[in-house]
Amino acid sequence: MPMLGSELMRLALGAGAVVGVLAPAVGFFLVERRQSLVGDGIGHVAFAGVAAGLLLDVAPVLAALAAAVLGGIAIELLRSRGGTAGDQALALVFYTGIALGVVLVSSAGALNVGLFQYLFGSILTVTRGDLALVAALGVVSLAAVTLLFRALAATVVDEEGARVTGLPVGALNVSVATLAAVTVALSMRVVGVLLVAALMVLPVSAAGRIAWSMRSAFLLAMAIGLGSALVGLTIAYYADLPPGATIVLVAAAAFAVAAPAGALRGR
Amino acid sequence: MPLAVELDAVSFGYGPGQRVLEDVSLRVAEGEFVAIAGPNGGGKTTLLRIVLGLERPLAGRAFLFGEPAHTCSRRREVGYLAQRTQLGGTAPVTVREVVAAGRLAAGRLLGPLRRRDRELVAEAIERVGLGPEADRPLRTLSGGQQQRALIAKALAAEPSLLVLDEPTTGVDAESQEALAALLHRLHSELGVTVLYVSHEFGAVERFVERLVLVRRTLVFDGPPRDLPVLWHDPSHAHARV
Repeated sequence: MPMLGSELMRLALGAGAVVGVLAPAVGFFLVERRQSLVGDGIGHVAFAGVAAGLLLDVAPVLAALAAAVLGGIAIELLRSRGGTAGDQALALVFYTGIALGVVLVSSAGALNVGLFQYLFGSILTVTRGDLALVAALGVVSLAAVTLLFRALAATVVDEEGARVTGLPVGALNVSVATLAAVTVALSMRVVGVLLVAALMVLPVSAAGRIAWSMRSAFLLAMAIGLGSALVGLTIAYYADLPPGATIVLVAAAAFAVAAPAGALRGR
Repeated sequence: MPLAVELDAVSFGYGPGQRVLEDVSLRVAEGEFVAIAGPNGGGKTTLLRIVLGLERPLAGRAFLFGEPAHTCSRRREVGYLAQRTQLGGTAPVTVREVVAAGRLAAGRLLGPLRRRDRELVAEAIERVGLGPEADRPLRTLSGGQQQRALIAKALAAEPSLLVLDEPTTGVDAESQEALAALLHRLHSELGVTVLYVSHEFGAVERFVERLVLVRRTLVFDGPPRDLPVLWHDPSHAHARV
């Protein structure tokens, strides 16, 4: 059966396309500020949110979204105000999130195969309603990133300089954390909480190797993310492979190609 | 002449019993070109951070353009070059993109740059002599060119106060001279107040009107010609204080 003849695959490609573009767009500002693992930390908090949703009988994705936003803001506040070093703040949220998730999942009696769809993604179970939610939140998040691009780029270029000249650096950092949390929650269905950070980091790293400016790196990252999602899903469909992991492996392959290409260009 | 910077009996420390600055008073009038020098760890950068409102003094008061430094409403008039600015992560940020970042506080925060902002960015790049390099990634330029790009970033904000913290770090002697000459020219042409902080002041000595030596307290404040010959090496000066 041709891939596009399947309603499941059309919905999966739609969700994959949105997440493929959004994850690197938001991840760009994490990677460029050397906070590549923040997405991973938020993913682990999102897992606690899924668990809380299962325990309280609330939609796990919405519970994950709320937990991820709180976790993302907590990481940013701990990093910027708490006097806790960035990596320690991340570790604190990271381990607390995963431990809390395991305890809550166990309490909910959901420590079973169903949990796998949140850990490793379940893009083939995306419904029309899911796709509408992913598309709506994805468009709003992308619009926010586009509107804030110059301001966020200024904090990437020189955060202290931006602070000195009176830019609202704290609010911008919280915005990035919030956008990252929304991205994690949306990406959960596509690649799962354990692999979500990969889609936020790998396309950006690949783009950075072959780009010629910051703006081109940003656009290329989104193009690589989109390509990884669509190619990964296609390979997964025809080779009968797990879609989320296949998408991430395609993104890793893009990096493996871009790194030597960039080096050859003598950058 | 109104004051750009005023420190009144300022003391500061990062921990109990560890005073980095002690009873420092300093007044810089608008339009002055002042070099602040002293040994590493002498409190120069801390002094600067208090001036910029990034730290609050434990005792005394700090004013920027006549307002308390940490709540100053004219911060957008400050052009700042931080010590050893590390730019970005993996993306190849171009000179134009770096300089455009400096225009943000003075222009609008959201959306793309307006035409006037783009013109000012191009003007700042030309002013530091980097026109032909405008679209090259900063990392492909020499240390001296990178510092000039960062000065252009500070200039893009159309500042009335230009603050440079160790701008010659990692720059060869020839580029240090060129940088000093550039700052002198900018000061003369734009009438901007310049605070130049460095552990040594040789490159700018012939351009500055006033030299301030810091080692926890101010140990010298006056024209460079009044500085005892031996003190031209700051480490000697402070060893004897």
